[in-house]
Amino acid sequence: MTALHVLAAAGDPPTHEAVVFWILAPIAVLAALGMILVRSAVHAAVLLAVVMLSLAAFYTAEAAPFLAVVQVVVYTGAVLMLFVFVLMLVGVDSTDSLVETLRGQRVAAAVVGLGFAVLLVVALAGTLDSFHPKGVAAAEGGKGNVVAIAEKLFSSYVFAFEATSALLITAGLGAMVLAHRERLTPRRTQKERMEERFARGGAAVAPLPGPGVYADHDAVDTPALLPDGGIAVDSVPEHLQISSARPHVEGVERELER
Amino acid sequence: MSANNYLYLSAVLFTIGAVGVLVRRNAIVVFMCIELMLNAVNLTLVTFSRINGQLDGQIIAFFVMVVAAAEVVIGLAIIMSIFRARRSASVDDANLLKY
Repeated sequence: MTALHVLAAAGDPPTHEAVVFWILAPIAVLAALGMILVRSAVHAAVLLAVVMLSLAAFYTAEAAPFLAVVQVVVYTGAVLMLFVFVLMLVGVDSTDSLVETLRGQRVAAAVVGLGFAVLLVVALAGTLDSFHPKGVAAAEGGKGNVVAIAEKLFSSYVFAFEATSALLITAGLGAMVLAHRERLTPRRTQKERMEERFARGGAAVAPLPGPGVYADHDAVDTPALLPDGGIAVDSVPEHLQISSARPHVEGVERELER
Repeated sequence: MSANNYLYLSAVLFTIGAVGVLVRRNAIVVFMCIELMLNAVNLTLVTFSRINGQLDGQIIAFFVMVVAAAEVVIGLAIIMSIFRARRSASVDDANLLKY
């Protein structure tokens, strides 16, 4: 048990907890605000990771080390990874359109949000004055956070825990069913693809020529030369021809002309 | 500093998440905002568990995390299948049930 843990459990939060709070809370709020303001969904995911990690730090400061670890593993590890994974499937460039579908909706949402925040904060300020944190040390009974949580989880909350397993199995099955796609056409075998290729005939039957490598170039995007001195365009991979290879090909052409 | 500051912080984070759900049009970002709201509630649960000296708040926060993980899996699978059918992840484009 760390000194922070003991102090936090004993009563009023210690001053170094205040330092942690006042450094991380503005970061968390700014990252959350940025999350709803940035256009790119990937940036929003990164900012959400910042919020979740600072929440994990708050859990540690609040004498809940088990939840802090679960927060990092489940949220920042699994959930955010899943978000980024789906973003890559759906397309990273799927930024929000700036066109408002409903006129005045953003302003209205901001006003509603501000009103809601004021309502919550005023209600909290009105009710919370008399509270002094008791700390969870007494409830843990000197056994430590993880053991105390495990004892409660497997006694009072054991039915909820079992229901959770059913929920997770259902979610896994549901995801498999939803993400499954029926194959509409039969799979093309290698034999069929070979037959198609030879039916086309001509140059497509032979393998593509390898790249040219000369004394002054050793890059893959250097084109090979044909027996007549011309350039074998096939020798440069297609996507290299588009971007970087063009200057190279032109350079070889110029050298040939000299 | 009193532990109540955590409650104010979580109220602010929850509000930001709610505004994000109202404002954003990309279904995945809307989902992230829902996660933010769940996280804010978890912070409240942990803080109240400390104020009351009971561990139940932490256990319920743990269950919230489990449910959130299941919800994310299903939600993202739905977004993916909508994207396959309509080539868009915008919440405005899923309007087949609209009158």
